[in-house]
Amino acid sequence: MAPTVEVVQKQCGHPEWEEPFVVNMGPQHPSTHGVLRLYLELDGENVVKCDPRIGYLHRGVEKLSENMTYTQAMILTDRLDYISSAANNVGYCLAVEKLLGLEVPRRARLLRTIVCEMARISSHLLWLATHALDIGAMTVFLYCFRDREWLLDIYEKICGARLTVSYPRVGGVRLDFTSEIIDELYKFTEEFPSRILDYETLIDVNRIWLKRTKGIAVISAEKAVNLGLTGPSLRGSGVPYDVRKFKPYDAYDEVEFEVPVGKIGDTYDRYRVRMEELRQANRIIRQCLDKLSETEGEPVVAEEAPDLLMPEKKKTPQAVPHPKKGFLVKGAEVPVVPEGEVYVSIEAPKGELGYYIVSDGSGKPWRVRVRAPSFVHISSIPELIKGHMVADLIAVIGTLDVVLGECDR
Amino acid sequence: MEALDKLKERFPQAVLGEETSCGQAMVYVDRNYLLEVMKFLHDELGFDHLADLGGVDYLGWKGKGKKPERFEVVYNLYSIGKREFLRVKVPVPEKDPWVPSVTKIWQVANWFERECYDMFGIRFKGHPDLRRILMPEDWKGYPLRKDYALQPEEEWPEYDKVRAKARELCRYEWGDRKVREG
Repeated sequence: MAPTVEVVQKQCGHPEWEEPFVVNMGPQHPSTHGVLRLYLELDGENVVKCDPRIGYLHRGVEKLSENMTYTQAMILTDRLDYISSAANNVGYCLAVEKLLGLEVPRRARLLRTIVCEMARISSHLLWLATHALDIGAMTVFLYCFRDREWLLDIYEKICGARLTVSYPRVGGVRLDFTSEIIDELYKFTEEFPSRILDYETLIDVNRIWLKRTKGIAVISAEKAVNLGLTGPSLRGSGVPYDVRKFKPYDAYDEVEFEVPVGKIGDTYDRYRVRMEELRQANRIIRQCLDKLSETEGEPVVAEEAPDLLMPEKKKTPQAVPHPKKGFLVKGAEVPVVPEGEVYVSIEAPKGELGYYIVSDGSGKPWRVRVRAPSFVHISSIPELIKGHMVADLIAVIGTLDVVLGECDR
Repeated sequence: MEALDKLKERFPQAVLGEETSCGQAMVYVDRNYLLEVMKFLHDELGFDHLADLGGVDYLGWKGKGKKPERFEVVYNLYSIGKREFLRVKVPVPEKDPWVPSVTKIWQVANWFERECYDMFGIRFKGHPDLRRILMPEDWKGYPLRKDYALQPEEEWPEYDKVRAKARELCRYEWGDRKVREG
């Protein structure tokens, strides 16, 4: 049927055209950043209804953690937001430490802050790369990956892993930085600001970029708070809510940094906020590195921190009470966490990442709940896409910076 | 805490008790009054950010603190303007697990409540679209309940369909490699 006939039929109210046109975008679509499936009802190119369907990456992290000890459950948090795993680890450790009442040594706090900010930079770089690629700027992608690779190499030197780092631990961090790593980080922080400028020259005033981002998915401050948006997505609308400033954890109360905010709350503002955050993250790393020399040789793990030994496989897996530290299960000491419950949130690169942990006073958590920013952000897509077209949907998914591993847990 | 005092003053019949854990204030609220309490907290005390909403199953709880009902729905509230934190807990009995929905107050609660329903089987009265979210729609049981085994013996019935589909696809050659029999 020729297109002109279709148009005429539509205008005449042909019954076949009364029904909305249904499209499933994803779960294998390359621009949905993972396995996000969007059920769309379209009228031409306009989105009439959008219903995100998630769960394709559900691994039951919360159920699994209930059946593990506190130290074992930490490695699961790596797999939530696998792009910035260090930040997830820190959030979990902070929650368990608060239940235990542990004080973390200063040097460990500084090291954690550094890896958290490194995670922020690498996450934002990946976001910029893919967001720009989706919208049509190919060049940025390769430059961003070049710099992200540099950071991942530093991660590898720090702990041996590139993505799922598991570097922080309950009570501190696993290893101290060597002088080689500190030199490399100094080199990185020296070089990086000029790299940010490079990206900005590529897209900041690019006409296509501006047309695809300005005035797209505008959201007011009040609405953004009501929708539960956090992180750069919220700050793009002008709300200066940043957990690092509001509830400082680790070494964030020692360092100076600014919280960039946007004005209108469109896709371009959120882009500007994230670019500014890259600079601030670089600044924080620099300050922490300077402070590291003050704490040379100090311990990086609290003395009372629970053991990291994995349980040995023995034939008698019975729990034997230990006079001091709690219980011995299968040969290793399992930290016993006092009864209580706590909600601890951190400023992960994507937004507010919260852990709600309930302990019944045994070696395993009774309930671990993860408040994932991506989960909330995906739930706001139908609201953001109102009155836009299919092509803008790609920009919306990009601007919210979602990771499905975190969303589906 | 100031907000807590105001809440008790306004709704003496709704507040079942209060507690502090790790320096965080908690208040237990009767589910019949939950909607009014939440509206008061949001509109007048400025708790504009519903940070988290989730369920907890206390079946076989061995801790010292007494749990009167099997389930609890937990609301972690934060006020961005006043920088205050408050946790509201609602006990939910096993026999008739329902809680009023707060989607009209915080839009973000929509998916949180769907997830809580999916994982615990707690129904949220007045929710616009209560269906499963993380699990498939025809899934049986509620995975985060304590009596749900980590590895259930029964398989999800849809697996048979997936396998049949895989077998069907095996008959075709994909480029120069053949899909292995699955």
